[in-house]
Amino acid sequence: MRLPGSQRVRLATAGARAETAGALTRQPAGERSRSYAFHALLLLTISLAVLGLAILLIDAFIEGLPRFGLDLFTEGTSSLPEQSGFLNAILGTLLVIGGVIVMTVPLGVGAAIYLEEYADKDRWWNRAIELNVQNLAAVPSIVYGILGLAFIVRGPLDVGFVVLAGSITLSLLVLPTVIIAAREAIRAVPSSIREGSLALGATRWQTVRRQILPASVPGIATGVILAISRAIGETAPLLLVGAAVFVSFNPSGFFDGYTVLPVQIFTYFSRAQDEYIVLAAAGIIVMLALLIAMNSFAIWLRNRYEQKW
Amino acid sequence: MTERRQRQGDDAERATRSDHVGGGHGREDGGGSAEGALPSVQETAVESQRRKGDPAAATRRDVLFAIEGLSVRYGSQPAIENVSFDILENNITALIGPSGCGKSTLIRCFNRMNDLIPSASVEGHISYHGEDLYGPAVDPVEVRKRIGMVFQKPNPFPKSIYDNIAFGPRILGMKDDMDGIVERALTRAALWNEVKDRLDENAYGMSGGQQQRLCIARSVAIEPDVILMDEPCSALDPISTGRIEDLMIELKENYSIVIVTHNMQQAARVSDMTAFLMVALDDQEENPRGRLVEYDQTEKVFTRPSDERTELYVTGRVG
Amino acid sequence: MEARDAIAASGLAAGEARPRLGAASPRYGERAIKALLAVCAAVSVVTTVAIVASLIGPTVEFFREVGVFDFLFGTNWSPTIAPESYGVLPLVLGTLSVTLWGLVVAVPIGLGAAIYLSEYARPRVRKVLKPTLEVLAGIPTVAFGFFAFTFLTPLLQDIWPGFLGTEPNVFNAGAAGLAIGLLIVPIIASISEDAMSAVPGGLREGAYALGATKMRVALRVVFPAALSGVAASIVLGVSRAVGETMVVLMAAGNTPNLSLSFSESIQAITAYIGVVATGDISTQSFEYNTIFAVGLLLFVLTLGMNLVSIRLVRRFREVYE
Repeated sequence: MRLPGSQRVRLATAGARAETAGALTRQPAGERSRSYAFHALLLLTISLAVLGLAILLIDAFIEGLPRFGLDLFTEGTSSLPEQSGFLNAILGTLLVIGGVIVMTVPLGVGAAIYLEEYADKDRWWNRAIELNVQNLAAVPSIVYGILGLAFIVRGPLDVGFVVLAGSITLSLLVLPTVIIAAREAIRAVPSSIREGSLALGATRWQTVRRQILPASVPGIATGVILAISRAIGETAPLLLVGAAVFVSFNPSGFFDGYTVLPVQIFTYFSRAQDEYIVLAAAGIIVMLALLIAMNSFAIWLRNRYEQKW
Repeated sequence: MTERRQRQGDDAERATRSDHVGGGHGREDGGGSAEGALPSVQETAVESQRRKGDPAAATRRDVLFAIEGLSVRYGSQPAIENVSFDILENNITALIGPSGCGKSTLIRCFNRMNDLIPSASVEGHISYHGEDLYGPAVDPVEVRKRIGMVFQKPNPFPKSIYDNIAFGPRILGMKDDMDGIVERALTRAALWNEVKDRLDENAYGMSGGQQQRLCIARSVAIEPDVILMDEPCSALDPISTGRIEDLMIELKENYSIVIVTHNMQQAARVSDMTAFLMVALDDQEENPRGRLVEYDQTEKVFTRPSDERTELYVTGRVG
Repeated sequence: MEARDAIAASGLAAGEARPRLGAASPRYGERAIKALLAVCAAVSVVTTVAIVASLIGPTVEFFREVGVFDFLFGTNWSPTIAPESYGVLPLVLGTLSVTLWGLVVAVPIGLGAAIYLSEYARPRVRKVLKPTLEVLAGIPTVAFGFFAFTFLTPLLQDIWPGFLGTEPNVFNAGAAGLAIGLLIVPIIASISEDAMSAVPGGLREGAYALGATKMRVALRVVFPAALSGVAASIVLGVSRAVGETMVVLMAAGNTPNLSLSFSESIQAITAYIGVVATGDISTQSFEYNTIFAVGLLLFVLTLGMNLVSIRLVRRFREVYE
């Protein structure tokens, strides 16, 4: 309907017409070989993408293998690299992420329901919230770290460099991702279901609670798992809210000092001794195994349970 | 007769049109298609009205909806303008007209489904049993409990057949004898015999015609006063269409039915009263909007229309 | 008859002419739920306000000591070593060079992958490749930083041809850039692929019907029609590269460097924030304020790019959906 759109369509059609008119007069053999070359080029690019990422995984695996063992999970941080492991970091991650789940799932799904089912899109404030969410999803993660440092660790909340600060910071970071994923899942439920329910005299909330949410649970779950796995791997903002402080004990509550798995990997890496770099690589193996398992499960869940309308 | 047709069950779903004739409501005209020559809309109207007995009886009923000066616009785009007529109780009232004439907009005013479109604005009055449907104290949710709706595309919920029916009664707080409610609703929608052994199967596994009858059963289950049907057969094959038409005639005993249809044969077959809407343009030849042209007994609208535009439309020369 | 009874029970009494259409209850619950959900949505607005508020306070402090012009256009960044100097350009150039090397990798690979997935791949191949890319998009950046430092840099040093000058430093912009490029390939590929898949099949069929080859259709029909989505994906990729912290922190070094170098050590905006944050800083120090000033710059830069990309994405959604 808009001019730029129709112009672009016209542009594309004009391109198609000119190209095909040209193609009819051109040597078919040259054209064919060029087409094959293009196909090969595309295959090359996609292989490079997959290959690059595969090498990344293999590199971490080879580097970390010598140090890979059960003691990674039973040993905490120690002054000697050969006695160091990731126990306290893994416990820290579990606590921080537990907090993230508790905070983001209700908030994110609630916000998504509001934006999809209740908000009148003609109101400027609802459009502003929508734009705001989209922008927040792309704000660099370290900026959330600055926010956490100024407002949560110090400032108004003033909780100090503790697990809770990490949880809140990461929650704010992944909340937009959760909202966007949950909105997409809710939007995938066709409006005919909504109308059918409302036409039976159901209220808005009854419709959401009994029809929309049950139908969109697989999509929401997938989005939440992907967002949580992002939170698990997030490093930069936690450097600012206390996870980088040297911790040798296991955190036991939300008000303890803490470190998390990716930050511990970075800390070992920063010590720049070969033993520690190997240890960091072993940590990467642990983290990647966990995340790839989570992501694969999320994608499997989506493919398996998502309703085809 | 009804029972006999129901007993045919699944077989009838696969039966041909001519097999179906005689099983139901004596749809003799339907058999004509097998022989080649289709009856004209006028013949259908005369024939089916004759079967109903005195066509004028349809006009001697209480007023269900009194529509006065109704105009609806979407943003600045007018959809229907200045529509006034009375829909009567226990009739099947058909709304016909070419596409874009606002039939669907009009029917969605009766249960306030237009409220769901933020840009829609409704002017004028609709009273329902004398009560202003758009009055300040009126709750659309209460309206929709009494005025059910069946949509163009069958829209069962992605749940079991049982839960599809039970959803409405449950949210209205009917708790006792849910099995009985489900059975009665499915029986009334002539679906019980086909599905009684697979009530816990997902409704998406049913055929399109069965799904639409499930949607009718679903709205019947909450015992509404009126059932609105927005082109209920447009996505269905002729056999399923025939079954739903039979069903409408049966349901008429207990409910008032308003149906939007683009199929004039269907309007002629099932309805008692017909309203014909037509697209009109404003002085600048712009802003097409629907206007009511004629509203009368179905037989009259199809055979002796008082407006020339109606005649052109029902004889297939315009539209 | 039973229908009538039920209607009577639900409010339309037989003797009563007027049905009661008013709400059976005031539905406070419904209203409370709507308000609660609106509060959930408002949390995101509070987040943005908090981000801006947290950045602005210390930044104002910072600009009490340092001129805005000196900050934005100064060419020497030396906040800790006397004589202190706060010209941010070396950090900006550091970020820019890493981003540039990243794009060199990510744009061709990402777009090639997108065209392949949308136009060439058979459904079964597509069904495997798309989720694979998605899983890989979930790899934490700390792993990319490690990869750049332990694999890419040694590799570059090994294969570095003499005519390009001195071989890459242990920390260098190039390796970090390449790793970031790999990191944003899934972003560019998936958004571009969405845009290409959204191009109506009719346009393609029209061109095929005229005898165009697959390549011609992809490059001359689909690509132009999906242009705004492709642009959006690249802008978003740039925004992501600019905001990336761990890779530059681990592999690009901490030497403010006023050049778009490939092989030298540089310091990116994000890396500066990360380095200061991991050190022990007191909230009273002036150095503490610098990370907010630099952070605000980063926020404004990425905000601009994000808004552009959101607009572009909306445009392609509007046209075809």
